[in-house]
Amino acid sequence: MRDLARDVRGLFRKQQTTQEASSPERIVRVGCPAHNCGGRCLLLAHIQDRPSGPVITRLSADDRPDTLTDPQLRACVRGRAYLRRQYHPDRLKYPMKRVGERGEGKFERISWDEALDTVAAEMQRVQQEYGNSALFAPVGSGSASQLNGSQTIERLLNLFGGSLDSYNGYSWDAIEAATPTVYGTMYSGNHRMDWLNAKYILMWGWNPAEMRDGTNSDFFVKLARQNGARVVCIDPRHTLSAASLADEWLPIRPGTDVAMMSAMAFVMINEKLFDAEFVERCCVGFDESQMPVGAQHAESYEDYILGYRDGTPKTPTWAESITSVPRETIIRIAREYATTKPSILYQGYGMQRRAYGEQVVRAGCVLAAITGNVGVPGGWAGGLGLQSQEDPYWNLFPVGENPCKAAISVFLWTEAVLRGREMRAEDGVTGVEQLDNNIKLVYSVASNVLVNQHANINRTARILRDESLVEFIVVQDNFLTPTGRFADILLPACTQFETWGLEDGWKYGNQVILMPKLVEPLGESKSDYRICAELAERLDLGEAYTEGRDERGWVEWVLDRYREERFAEIPSLDEFEASNVGVYTEPEAKPGIAFADFCRDPQAHPLGTPSGKIEIFSKQLYDLNQSDDIPPVPKYIQEWESPFGAEAAKYPLQAMGHHSMGRVHSTHDNVDWLREAFPQRAFINELDAQARGISDGDEVRVFNDRGATVLPCRVTNRMLPGVLNIPEGAWWTPDEDGVDRRGSINVLTSERWTPFAFGTAQHTIMVQVERVDE
Amino acid sequence: MNKQYTFYFDSSSCSGCKTCQMACKDKHDLRVGLLWRRVYEVTGGGWEQRGAAWISNVFAYNVSLACNHCQQPICAEVCPTGAMHKRGDGIVLIDPQKCVGCRYCSWACPYGAPQYDAEIGKMTKCDLCADNLDQGLPPACVAACPLRALDFGERAELEVKYGTGPEPGQRGLEGVYPLPEPHLTEPALMLTPHKNTVQADDGSACIGNREEVGTE
Repeated sequence: MRDLARDVRGLFRKQQTTQEASSPERIVRVGCPAHNCGGRCLLLAHIQDRPSGPVITRLSADDRPDTLTDPQLRACVRGRAYLRRQYHPDRLKYPMKRVGERGEGKFERISWDEALDTVAAEMQRVQQEYGNSALFAPVGSGSASQLNGSQTIERLLNLFGGSLDSYNGYSWDAIEAATPTVYGTMYSGNHRMDWLNAKYILMWGWNPAEMRDGTNSDFFVKLARQNGARVVCIDPRHTLSAASLADEWLPIRPGTDVAMMSAMAFVMINEKLFDAEFVERCCVGFDESQMPVGAQHAESYEDYILGYRDGTPKTPTWAESITSVPRETIIRIAREYATTKPSILYQGYGMQRRAYGEQVVRAGCVLAAITGNVGVPGGWAGGLGLQSQEDPYWNLFPVGENPCKAAISVFLWTEAVLRGREMRAEDGVTGVEQLDNNIKLVYSVASNVLVNQHANINRTARILRDESLVEFIVVQDNFLTPTGRFADILLPACTQFETWGLEDGWKYGNQVILMPKLVEPLGESKSDYRICAELAERLDLGEAYTEGRDERGWVEWVLDRYREERFAEIPSLDEFEASNVGVYTEPEAKPGIAFADFCRDPQAHPLGTPSGKIEIFSKQLYDLNQSDDIPPVPKYIQEWESPFGAEAAKYPLQAMGHHSMGRVHSTHDNVDWLREAFPQRAFINELDAQARGISDGDEVRVFNDRGATVLPCRVTNRMLPGVLNIPEGAWWTPDEDGVDRRGSINVLTSERWTPFAFGTAQHTIMVQVERVDE
Repeated sequence: MNKQYTFYFDSSSCSGCKTCQMACKDKHDLRVGLLWRRVYEVTGGGWEQRGAAWISNVFAYNVSLACNHCQQPICAEVCPTGAMHKRGDGIVLIDPQKCVGCRYCSWACPYGAPQYDAEIGKMTKCDLCADNLDQGLPPACVAACPLRALDFGERAELEVKYGTGPEPGQRGLEGVYPLPEPHLTEPALMLTPHKNTVQADDGSACIGNREEVGTE
């Protein structure tokens, strides 16, 4: 196969002799392509202008001064490998139509006219036959640069009369739903600069070195530590963050974090280490004296912790038997967290992508509250932790209003394919009483959710193969992904380097990063925006869709919004482009503290909760009358697949799928340099491996009733015994027997959703592993 | 005293993210199999069960390593053609016109720095991004590190910046597994060890990612 990357870069390693390859380079500062990576960074693209057009020959790092208030936005390993993606030989270069069975992956080249005429005709057919609510565009996070990404199809579908809407998105489902039940908002974060004021940081299931959580977040933990903070990492896996940022690592059994948190509360109550004054002034539901009207006699948090009603005090010994964390360690951590003030308990998001994921969110917030770490510099309220005022916009490209009011939690999209017309509020449907359609047409842009990233791939594939269910599937992407294999029409999107774009800081930071078009789209590929605009023309929506703007015109429009709403001083696009600085920033001045006003004067500045206070007990949840799985105070609930359940006899290992540095979910999985750096492995504890006769490097088969995957293993002491780890996002590659050969963990995961958020619980799975002797 | 460019590496805060390795591969367009800079994951400790509890003393640290541009470059000593040579500023370079790809240097180097490129039949290795230095720019790996754990400069400058004493944060290379004893080649490398650094290959730790750092 031709190596495009090598072709464009001339001869190997700068030993360039041709005239073309040795022509001078110019440097363009450009936003690192925006994926769902947790960062937003700056690159210097080295560009050669050749007779055949400009090519990017290499990338280098942000070269602005590196200061505390305006740190360099250094791209991670994935951004630095980007040219292997940009010039990958497998890039889609022209439209194609399916010629084999759906899902078989056989396609034939067609013209843009044929492709778009077909798509337009199918959209109109489904609209006429079923109505707009039978159209669906799944969440797509594979591209997010305003003019590339799933927002482009959203705008078109909204102009077309709407489509089945969705909320949630495989990342933050439970934490988005649960944080407001405590605080009345998702904006529960202090500004990141304030981490430097902390004396103690619990990185609880939080792994900023690998999942980023904002460019430079790991670096700020390093700085906090240099400033004197003690950092403890609680995680089933000895993560890259544990190795580089933590003073101590505490392994914990997945899905049991609430048990440890509850035992910490037990210690704090028992030893009177909690902040009684703060609890009395700012919280409700801590004990029987604080119960809301209408629930005066319900179980308070203290009742639960001390076991007054259920007869089980949540002691460290009780928690040890569940979490596998030694009781004396739980006691010590409880004391350290409660007394080393101010302190941060930063909750990662993996814990809430589990059965009852809402509980761990609420439990973490409660610990922050009862230790008085809310509303103070150096503290942290927990929960989602977005920063008020400085939260990024992510996307400003206007998608418009969806005329269809019906919405599902996106994680339930296969349900809406199978039984949409039966779905009501108890299935998470909002906007209408009951759906009036099953999903009949799927338009997937920059998304691998359709197959690879959704739970239970073998089930999803069965559903999608049945052409009587979803009747038409369009997939628009850079590569033939596992989702693309199920397309009826496959449309080639260009990369973000091949069109105009704009991105802002990820979660932390006041930045707007420009993404000028660097090179021409490969082959016949076009921006997602351009494809949708050409489709809009066929639907008589051309002018309405484009408003006369091209990609650059929309970037200018977006920049104007930033100027109006957030950064008055931001330059015009012409000036921004001409300056070639790449990024507009407003250095961090005085870090904001979430809930500071409320904590100073709760009466004058009430929270957005029904009580106006921090709701340790939620009357709103109490009224759901579903206390077994949505209790009004946070509780440890044994998961539906658990090492303590009957299923463990057959499938004794918990499986987790961490975010590999080598991928952004499924993006980059085909990049050779990243596969070299982070080869896909099943990580198995040495004791579990020994018990099964497995040695490091062996091919292993990981399986449960839902499926199986075969991949090489890494025997390591960096996993808790009883827990197996397959980094999520590898591209599903079934062999002739349907067994995945790439280590795609979603052949093992379950489509069951969390009770309150209707969110993903994909991390809750039990498996078995065996050596493959072939 | 001659100029001697030196790498500084802070093992205590290296996560093993390999951005340095990737920046190097991009800068020099290194195909799969060539790792002029690579990151060793060192891991040790184990597990003990006490009732339901697991007690662990597991640890891990990372060592990012390129060519150390040694003051006694054994690669140059063994090179039969004179291709391997040390520049006035201390950078050890390969003259591709003279290199015959005999691999003596790769056998002699205790750090695995010179790597054979079968495609061109010659040895290759880290050149400290000499072209960058000539333009007053840092090496690609140093500029890339998200945790600011890599630096470079003249040794005297780095000693002012990071110290020379025996305490953590100021130590040299003695007993940092998996590095060889520094007296062999006098590497131009300063290193702040991780708190869990093991001193030698005594079985208390091992390289956990051998297939990721292996070279052809």
